[in-house]
Amino acid sequence: MSTMTDPPKADFRLSMLINDTRYRSLTFQVIAAVAIALSIWYLGNNLIQNLRAAGLNISYSFLGDPAGYDINQRLIEYDSQSSHARAAIVGILNTLLVAVLACITATFFGVFAGVLRLSNNWLVSKLMAIYVEIFRNIPVLIWILIIFFIVTAAMPAPRAYLGEQAERDLVLGLFAFTNRGIYVPSPFFTNGFGAEGGSAVNWLVVIAVLILSHFATRFVNKNAQIKQEQTGNRPNTLLLNGLIWLVPLVAVLFILGLSWDFPDPLANRFNLRGGLQIGAPLIALWFALSIYTGAFIAENVRAGIQAINKGQTEAAAALGLRQGRIMNLVILPQALRVIIPPLISQYLNITKNSSLAIAVGYADITATLGGITLNQTGRAIECVLLMMLFYLTASLLISTGMNIYNASVKLKER
Amino acid sequence: MKKSVFLGAATIAGLAAGAAVAGTVDDVKARGTLNCGVTTGLVGFAAPDANGEWKGFDVSLCRAVAAAVLGDANAVEFVPTTGKTRFTALASGEIDMLARNTTWTFSRDVDLKFEFTGINYYDGQGFLAPKALGVSSAKELDGATVCVQTGTTTELNLADFFRSNNISYEPVPVETNAEGQQQYLAGACDVYTTDASGLAATRATFESPGDHVILPEIISKEPLGPLVRHGDHEWGDVVRWTLNALIAAEELGVTSANLEDMSGNPEANPEVKRLLGTEGTLGEMLGLDADWAARAIAADGNYGEIFAKNIGEETPIGLARGLNGQWTDGGLLYAPPFR
Repeated sequence: MSTMTDPPKADFRLSMLINDTRYRSLTFQVIAAVAIALSIWYLGNNLIQNLRAAGLNISYSFLGDPAGYDINQRLIEYDSQSSHARAAIVGILNTLLVAVLACITATFFGVFAGVLRLSNNWLVSKLMAIYVEIFRNIPVLIWILIIFFIVTAAMPAPRAYLGEQAERDLVLGLFAFTNRGIYVPSPFFTNGFGAEGGSAVNWLVVIAVLILSHFATRFVNKNAQIKQEQTGNRPNTLLLNGLIWLVPLVAVLFILGLSWDFPDPLANRFNLRGGLQIGAPLIALWFALSIYTGAFIAENVRAGIQAINKGQTEAAAALGLRQGRIMNLVILPQALRVIIPPLISQYLNITKNSSLAIAVGYADITATLGGITLNQTGRAIECVLLMMLFYLTASLLISTGMNIYNASVKLKER
Repeated sequence: MKKSVFLGAATIAGLAAGAAVAGTVDDVKARGTLNCGVTTGLVGFAAPDANGEWKGFDVSLCRAVAAAVLGDANAVEFVPTTGKTRFTALASGEIDMLARNTTWTFSRDVDLKFEFTGINYYDGQGFLAPKALGVSSAKELDGATVCVQTGTTTELNLADFFRSNNISYEPVPVETNAEGQQQYLAGACDVYTTDASGLAATRATFESPGDHVILPEIISKEPLGPLVRHGDHEWGDVVRWTLNALIAAEELGVTSANLEDMSGNPEANPEVKRLLGTEGTLGEMLGLDADWAARAIAADGNYGEIFAKNIGEETPIGLARGLNGQWTDGGLLYAPPFR
């Protein structure tokens, strides 16, 4: 018979913090943490003291003052008498606009080039390789400038379209391509909510209708799926879905009184009036960001596809699936879980790289809050802190959203 | 973002440095060079010439201050600044003085904690337009696209002018004069607005200056002058009185050519003697030696000479003295007495 004895209970001694491997790493971590906290405190304190000595205090009251400057691209109502805070919001919206547009087109370019780079067609795959290597190896700022110069040099000045005897007519009577931007007809509502039907509520109504249509078609498809599983025959839903999308949309647009505002070459001697102007800076920035980041996404897509075992393609082919369906049904769904995580970083890069906008005079948050407001008020620290806060928030929101999507497509482990 | 963060960091670092530093006069003497902030390039005011040597109206003021303090008009490190970076550069101590056609305004003087040490050019904001546009007045610019340097008073005056005349415009923000010129010539904007002197200087560099007109309206007062950090009064006095010495020298007829004769002449006007340090102890009061002003004038000449050489009617820029004449000639230049 053996007796169990407790291991001898060692008394804790202070020297064990250094000599005992169980505690040593903890000791060093605590020391490091204290050192880091102290240096941050020292730097922060130093900053505050020096600011006070220089007679500058951190204050955000300037945000309420009239900005005094004008901005060329405004998604919301803004004039020079609006506050600095509103100018910052105009900038934020412009940043978000170009970031969202560029994310969508960059994904399109990336997937397109990434898939085609693996094509068996020698010419196509080499062309895509050249695209990727050229665009991702030249800094994005240079692309922005080059594209802006091309846009401004290749297109005529607006004056060419102006007056009774214009050098050029509007393309189809609707569009004008000038070195200051592209003019297109813009929709508006004659019968909608708000003063003269100009409220943003109208667009929300339209979007709400589209979302409802989306859910209605999902419901229809689900029923068709159930029926297919029960009877083996899938009812044709194409017509029904088409009606669900079209009829409510047409109805709501008709009720709101949709109308179009066309660019008018006669109203002003300097520029076209009316219509929607897509400014040259926006075009340059949008296109440069999408084509540059698209090259990176193409490589992610290629890596994702090549990560899928060749046996998958062969097995799918053995089942009799055709080339396109193999890609859509077998390869891409599996490749997505490799593609999505680096794609998140690319979306974050687009958002942050959009701060290069000032190079072409695009009024993003860096140009309004971090540029003009900072200069006119001299509140450098406050403005920079606010910008950091904005970019941090925007980036974290994007990565949260994308992580949720990633969780839904990643390999389900059971 | 990158640039602004850098600027913010520079401000923070600079404020930390600025607080530790005592007197700029001693710093400049110890360093042996004057760090002078100028534009990134505006012909006539500050721009490197074909040999890479900085030349211009503002540059000459930097050289005069360097000559007064250090005895060497070439002991100047020129730091090109944009409308956006200039104040941070000065506040951070990167430059000792800013001579960059900067408008003296209340908020810059009071709120930004700078000290304007005088006015070396009385300017006003104007518009430059192609003759082909057929515009004869700025009030006809309704709907025009306007290039404007961002971070300047010009930007605010522009907004005020169009608002008070109830007409609309689209701004195209540019960073530097060179960028503005390029955008204007490419037709990205209909008119270019900045200080009238700057417009004249810019137009002078065009291939065919005759195809462009400066519109008659001057929409603002733009007193341009050198500035230093608030609080260092000894340094502020040195810059202020160097500028005054150049102006007084013109008024008293002291030029770089007759400087030797004047200082050797016992019959000279007593004020000239005090200015040139042959009488009195003005230099000592300023913490410099007796012939500080003589050296400043010797550097590039008196105010009138500097004006004529860089931006006067003989130069391609061709600016008339106008408001910038001596008070005795109906201008606004009026140096306080040297006594």
